[in-house]
Amino acid sequence: MARFKTFKDIAKYREKLNKERDSEATAVRVCMTGCRAKGADAFSESLKAELKKRGLENKFKVIETGCHGFCSMSPVAVVEPGNIFYGNLKPEDAAEIVEETVVNGRTVERLLFADPATQEKIVKEKEIPFYSHQKRLVLKNCGVVDPREIDDYICRGGYAAFSKALETMKPEEVVEEILKSGLRGRGGAGFPTGLKWRFANKERSDKKFLVCNADEGDPGAFMDRAVLEGDPHAVLEGMLIGAYAIGSDEGYIYVRAEYPIAIAHLNIALKQMEELGLLGRNILGTKFSFDLHIKEGAGAFVCGEETALMASIEGKRGTPRVRPPFPIQSGLWGHPTCINNVETLANVAAIIENGSDWYASMGTEKSKGTKVFALAGMIRNTGLVEAPMGMTLREIIFEVGGGIPNGKKFKAALTGGPSGGCIPEQFLDLPIDYDSLAKVGAIMGSGGLIIMDESTCVVDIAKYFMTFTQSESCGKCVPCRMGTKRMLELLERITDGKGTMKDLALLEETADIVKDTSLCGLGQTAPNPVITTLKYFRDEYLAHIEQKKCPSLKCKALLTYTVAEDKCKKCHKCAESCPANAISGQKKEIHKIDQAKCVKCGMCHTVCPFDAIELS
Amino acid sequence: MSTSALTEIIERYRGKPGSLIPALQKAQAQMGYLSGETLEQISKGLGIPFSRVFGVATFYSQFYLSPRGKHTIKVCVGTACHVRGAGAALQALEEKLGVKAGNPTEDLSFQLETVACLGTCFLAPAIMIDKDYYGEQTPKTVGKILKKYIGGGADAGTPDPEE
Ligand SMILES: Cc1cc2nc3c(=O)[nH]c(=O)nc-3n(C[C@H](O)[C@H](O)[C@H](O)COP(=O)(O)O)c2cc1C
Ligand code: SF4
Ligand code: SF4
Ligand code: FES
Ligand code: FES
Repeated sequence: MARFKTFKDIAKYREKLNKERDSEATAVRVCMTGCRAKGADAFSESLKAELKKRGLENKFKVIETGCHGFCSMSPVAVVEPGNIFYGNLKPEDAAEIVEETVVNGRTVERLLFADPATQEKIVKEKEIPFYSHQKRLVLKNCGVVDPREIDDYICRGGYAAFSKALETMKPEEVVEEILKSGLRGRGGAGFPTGLKWRFANKERSDKKFLVCNADEGDPGAFMDRAVLEGDPHAVLEGMLIGAYAIGSDEGYIYVRAEYPIAIAHLNIALKQMEELGLLGRNILGTKFSFDLHIKEGAGAFVCGEETALMASIEGKRGTPRVRPPFPIQSGLWGHPTCINNVETLANVAAIIENGSDWYASMGTEKSKGTKVFALAGMIRNTGLVEAPMGMTLREIIFEVGGGIPNGKKFKAALTGGPSGGCIPEQFLDLPIDYDSLAKVGAIMGSGGLIIMDESTCVVDIAKYFMTFTQSESCGKCVPCRMGTKRMLELLERITDGKGTMKDLALLEETADIVKDTSLCGLGQTAPNPVITTLKYFRDEYLAHIEQKKCPSLKCKALLTYTVAEDKCKKCHKCAESCPANAISGQKKEIHKIDQAKCVKCGMCHTVCPFDAIELS
Repeated sequence: MSTSALTEIIERYRGKPGSLIPALQKAQAQMGYLSGETLEQISKGLGIPFSRVFGVATFYSQFYLSPRGKHTIKVCVGTACHVRGAGAALQALEEKLGVKAGNPTEDLSFQLETVACLGTCFLAPAIMIDKDYYGEQTPKTVGKILKKYIGGGADAGTPDPEE
């Protein structure tokens, strides 16, 4: 392998690679990250075996990539040239793809995406509505390159921006370029990245740290994971540029231990960078040196908060501390420390390469560029979506996301996970950016976007998030430790049918106190789901309290369970599972529930193999 | 864990800043869980007070202080899975295995855990058993999957109507 000693070496190496690669124009890009859950590895193996059988393995390449984004079609693959998108692949399909598409240049109709409305087949990946409405900047290499091959990244222009910054720009100029681009932190708070870097650059210290926050704690979000798995070098190039800009010579990537593929790909990437001379002493023959370490998180949501994260890197319990001093002033082991999110860093190289004006031309007045969302829940197209800032929620949900399945109605979108809020139907046409979301009480958050339909109960969702924050509260400060517990108890009373109007008032009061007085962001934002659901769906809370009814039939204690006689197959399972002995009937008899004895645990509904237990 | 393996881990991390968590991670990877004895040895070996070692080991959900079941079942209770009915699948697993989430079964054949987002929300509700994923889980499907791991035994799965 080459070792880069000067700026020219990178460009020369890229040129050489591109020449060599011209001959390999045909390739099948197979998602081998999340799609493994649905057998992508078996498909890929079968594809490789089939090519080998026909002696084509050197002519046609199988590129094992990260997430393509369209995960609900999993496992997916795209054949190039032609941009032919195939989904729901099985190992048996490999032979036909090789025979028809690779050899004969025809498409395999049955594996194409069909428009749900017209059933019309769409051949090209980029013409599927899921993709055609997106703007893929951060995700441009995800699903395209083999994340374990630094050459793939370099071929597509990788490390050109870093080389440009190092050769032609002073650190301060890099800072100003990022500032002018309008890039804001994608970790949740939306702080201008250029401003953070300027503070870090101005700190006088012979040791500074740059930390990449890859803790991704929102329980329903996987953007950062997909970027690290699918295009780790984009993040690492951003880190190199950042380290140069702020004057740091050592960095950490703090990544969730629950992300084994991301960690594996990062380790490979770091090794390749070292070999090529992109890490270590005197990079590209300059005075700039940088070392990078991977730290695995150990399973605590609060460690995404920057002061807790640093405590965790230092090997302590991950509890936040009061700021100031800010990490920029006194961070890891007392040294100035700049912390940036994965997606923030993945934007950097493109800005340096194409200029701040180019970047600032995308988005809204105060939110530039794009945002990656993990779209999930009651939505047809689950997956990763990158939208320019300012796209409406309606476009994301109904055009990109394909709408709500099973003929159900949209109820609300949840952004920002446990720190965020819900956005009801009346705001579907809101152009999404940091400020518009804050105005309606939600937040941009890190990018989790969960869609709820009419069958989802908002009180249950508020309780769900409160259960999460309560158990993740580190316990250091009283408002959060006690407040989340009290709020959870109040929400449980309401969903159990024991709530009163006094409880509701207390819930609102507690929410305000926890928000205003908690030490860190976890506590300060924990009441948001409660506050926004109360703001937009108060009538549902009232139904639980006053009528003891759950309009969405989700809160078990408020339901009535009955046996549908026409569906009961007399298997006796329900009676066996009932903890209250409320179900009468022997095998071979229609069963019956005694409402006076029923404690509404829902077990019979769960265990009945024939859906004979009805809810009302 | 053999004392030598633990000594090796301790040697590797002694004197390095921020090494307690990686040392605990490596020790647990070796033996499956962290016994009081292991924690004590790490405390002595790294020269970190036992109270701090214990504090760290109990703070992070990744560390286990008691033995674990053979097959780990992770039920995703992330938001996407929650809205698509993860609760019912979890309840059914708890009922079938006779344990609450966070615990091993009595015979130590299974460990039932919950996690927040497996990163496969398109499979919601998703569960993971050891290294395999299973999507769109309902109380009915989890029984069938368990059977695979019990080796065909037990009365899991859908019974035939009447006979
Ligand atoms: C409870 C809590 C959890 C957080 N989790 C994350 C996270 O998982 N990833 C992340 O990048 N930022 C997270 N943050 C925000 C970080 O503290 C910090 O603002 C961010 O990493 C800064 O990077 P950015 O400016 O590039 O967004 C969290 C904050 C809080 C209060
Ligand atoms: S707000 Fe909650 S998580 Fe943050 S320091 Fe206080 S107790 Fe800990
Ligand atoms: S809901 Fe629970 S208590 Fe009521 S009949 Fe069903 S199993 Fe029995
Ligand atoms: S995980 Fe394969 S397409 Fe998203
Ligand atoms: S929420 Fe369950 S896999 Fe994402």
